[in-house]
Amino acid sequence: MNAVETALARIAERNPVLNAFTAVTADRARAKAAALDASDVALPLKGVPFAVKNLFDIAGIPTLAGSLINRDRPAATADATLIRRMEAAGAVLVGALNMGEYAYDFTGENVHDGPSRNPYDATRMSGGSSGGSGSAVGGGVVPIALGSDTNGSIRVPSSFCGIFGLKPTFGRLSRAGSFPFVASLDHLGPFATNVRDLVLAYNAMQGPDPEDPFCTERPAEPVDASGGIAGLRVRVLGGYFRQGATAQALAAVDTVAAALGAGEPVELPEAARARAAAYVVTATEGAALHLDRLRRRPNDFDPAVRDRLIAGALVPAALVAKAQKFRRWFRDNTLRLFDDADILLAPCTPCPAPLLGQTTLDLAGETVPLRPNIGIYTQPISFAGLPVAAVPVWLPNETLPIGVQVIAAPWREDMALRAAAYLEQAGVCRWKPCA
Amino acid sequence: MNDLETLIDVGSRLLSIPIDPAWKPAIEANLAVTLRLAASVDAFPLPDEADPAPVYRP
Repeated sequence: MNAVETALARIAERNPVLNAFTAVTADRARAKAAALDASDVALPLKGVPFAVKNLFDIAGIPTLAGSLINRDRPAATADATLIRRMEAAGAVLVGALNMGEYAYDFTGENVHDGPSRNPYDATRMSGGSSGGSGSAVGGGVVPIALGSDTNGSIRVPSSFCGIFGLKPTFGRLSRAGSFPFVASLDHLGPFATNVRDLVLAYNAMQGPDPEDPFCTERPAEPVDASGGIAGLRVRVLGGYFRQGATAQALAAVDTVAAALGAGEPVELPEAARARAAAYVVTATEGAALHLDRLRRRPNDFDPAVRDRLIAGALVPAALVAKAQKFRRWFRDNTLRLFDDADILLAPCTPCPAPLLGQTTLDLAGETVPLRPNIGIYTQPISFAGLPVAAVPVWLPNETLPIGVQVIAAPWREDMALRAAAYLEQAGVCRWKPCA
Repeated sequence: MNDLETLIDVGSRLLSIPIDPAWKPAIEANLAVTLRLAASVDAFPLPDEADPAPVYRP
């Protein structure tokens, strides 16, 4: 009960600045905590408070997905699969979290609910689209949150908010009971202030789910991340992943690479084209999802989201089919890298958290639009479906954190999490409580 | 009227998406980026036998 009351008190204290929560489930949380207190059953997450991006179904609440339009939906009648599994492991849901509209976002800004804010500087972005998840965990309000990642929406907020995040292998965790965005690319996963909690949450949520046809039929493969890095072959992704990044992003990767004893850099083949193909699949599948809402309620969208979706609806289908054919080629050629490596390293974001309202980035001497370019390093990796642990780095004399992607072969979350645990234990990567 | 403006006008009409003229510059800019990126994918040679990524299991 104490941890839940502490979380509820922190929401009251810190949310007026962070704007991370869109709903607080205090009554439900207190009832659950009381039931746990009355039970002798040992559970891995017993009494640990958590919150979820507001695209997860929570029984009794409409599933907003960051939108105005979804406020007219009836309340969800059941919790999402991953909420049920977290609570079965003893965790206690305390609320729903702010996010970019319909998850088409890398900033954490939201025109309807206002932006979720960076815990280390409230004038800066939390990152999107799981911005409230990053803000709530980074701000020390809850130790664990859940979010979604289509093109980087777990890894970007992890980077900007200085926390650990896990984007599992595509298909690893059930998406049942979550509002979709891009069926070909959507993933769900956890955020946490430390690797132990990240692993506990991940282990609690694994396993097949007949309610999600994309979910793997592989049985749960619980991870023990305490094994160290002996035997892990680590390589840095060069080429595309070194271009356009700020000095901080590159220094963070190099810091992690040195700590893990990385070998020679390797190139991910056709990474720029993979990012392009992910962009096309996202724009068009997202448009198909929202086509009827674009017809009926175009004025109720965030204009920036609406205009991208309308453009996506107008892309010829033949180009989308080619992007999906290219994905197969890219997958086959990406897997070959793992003949000589177990872990690949790349920046999460090209820079630390930008200012709220900022619309351009200065990258390698060039001014580029901010929104599409925050995800340039995350998009090719999720397009391949690879599991990634995002780990936070505080460089000397920096006031903001920045994240590194610790990437493993499909279904080898264990390796990415072992590396993350080692980096945390070595003091290279850590969450820093806010002042 | 350029080709993208024509595509926006005709395509939105065929799809029954109502468009305010004030939205067109932003839609056009987004469409230009998406089609440019799609062209880079289109330019990549793939064999006829290359299967698309999604697999349907009945």
